[in-house]
Amino acid sequence: MDAVTAIELEGLVRRYGERAALDGLTLTLPAGATLVVFGPNGAGKSTLLRVLATLLRPHAGSVRVLGRELPKEGWAVRGQLGLLGHEPLLYRDLTARENLRFHARLHRVPAGRTEEVLDAVGLARRGDDKVHTLSRGMVQRLAVARAVLHDPALLLLDEPRANLDPAAAELVEPLIGAASGRTRVITSHDPAGGLAEADLALGLRGGRQELCAPARQVDTAAIGALYR
Amino acid sequence: MGAAVNALLRKDLRLELRAPQVVPAMAIFAVMTLVVFHFALQRRAVAGELAAGVLCVTLLFAAMLGVSRLFVADREEGGLDAVLLAPVDRTALLVAKALALFAFLALLEVVLVPAFVVLLLEPALAAGALARLVLLLALADAGIAVVGTLVGAIAVETRARDLLVPLLALPLLLPVVIGLARAATPLFLPAGAGELPVRWLAVLGLYDLIFGLVAYALFDFLVED
Repeated sequence: MDAVTAIELEGLVRRYGERAALDGLTLTLPAGATLVVFGPNGAGKSTLLRVLATLLRPHAGSVRVLGRELPKEGWAVRGQLGLLGHEPLLYRDLTARENLRFHARLHRVPAGRTEEVLDAVGLARRGDDKVHTLSRGMVQRLAVARAVLHDPALLLLDEPRANLDPAAAELVEPLIGAASGRTRVITSHDPAGGLAEADLALGLRGGRQELCAPARQVDTAAIGALYR
Repeated sequence: MGAAVNALLRKDLRLELRAPQVVPAMAIFAVMTLVVFHFALQRRAVAGELAAGVLCVTLLFAAMLGVSRLFVADREEGGLDAVLLAPVDRTALLVAKALALFAFLALLEVVLVPAFVVLLLEPALAAGALARLVLLLALADAGIAVVGTLVGAIAVETRARDLLVPLLALPLLLPVVIGLARAATPLFLPAGAGELPVRWLAVLGLYDLIFGLVAYALFDFLVED
């Protein structure tokens, strides 16, 4: 694997009991590129993100992330990953600012960065409010701030614009959009929108890789077929 | 690792301070248990071995509530994933959780010991005996905190968390029960408090050391997939 490859999967298998949630995934994603993963509910999209995030172990095949083999070298990549999942990974009874400061300490990020990202997601004035008092959209913006707080090289984004209105989506774009310059893996149910920001498109159904091709070679009809 | 332990511990204490769940539940349970003992034993006061046994059982059962809740906020709110994603040694999480549980147990005992003295113990504890009891409870708490953290980490991944915690923890904590009951007995003698038996203090200390090492060796495997 060369130094400019961010993710390399070879026959990745991950099971839950007897059921294969990921069944033989193989792909290569260059550093700085965006992989968009499409597929119906239960296709294995979130499982793929959790394997890449070192939170789930692969059961077969090989996984290399940022040049490190998982799970053996997971410790070496953890600080370089930013995960935005369905759960915001925030404590409801802590304030927005307390949550970010907690994560800043774990990632050894200077305290000033907390204010920087709070401001970037438009929550500086709500920073002292407890998370459970914020709207879902605000919590999602705060989760974006948490995910990029430590300036990760690889972003793992599970439907990142869910719960965001157009203005909020525009607000977080510099942090998690193509302009962020980071390698990104994004799950999406929006064929047109997803393909527009993808360099590589991956289609999953029942854990199997139905489609994996450069996004410019894939049309929305092919993505739509995954859902039928 | 110190900075990570500090951050994790402060977060746990702040969460408990902000939305108290663990300490009040343990304290109320402990007082209710003493009341139940008061009536069930059909006597106004206890001393010696019986007093040591009552204190020991009450502490242990109340501690089970704390162990059950130790990882719940992290699991339910996804915070554990965020911690596991951080470039932090898993041992920091073990140490922080054990320290948090130790602190919760110490707070529980601030309520439990006076309630025990008022409701059941006769003769009352002298100041010197109280200091020795504090030392003894600290040794017992350390063992409960370490084993409780291990068991809490296992149980939080299961649906039957509240069932699993006592089933796993109570057998593992039997040496603490034996050591605490034996060591505390001289403090509650009707003729006045005696010295702590060094042998049983050593048993408790050794238990803390051994299970500290076991926890250090196993914790990574428990919190990872």
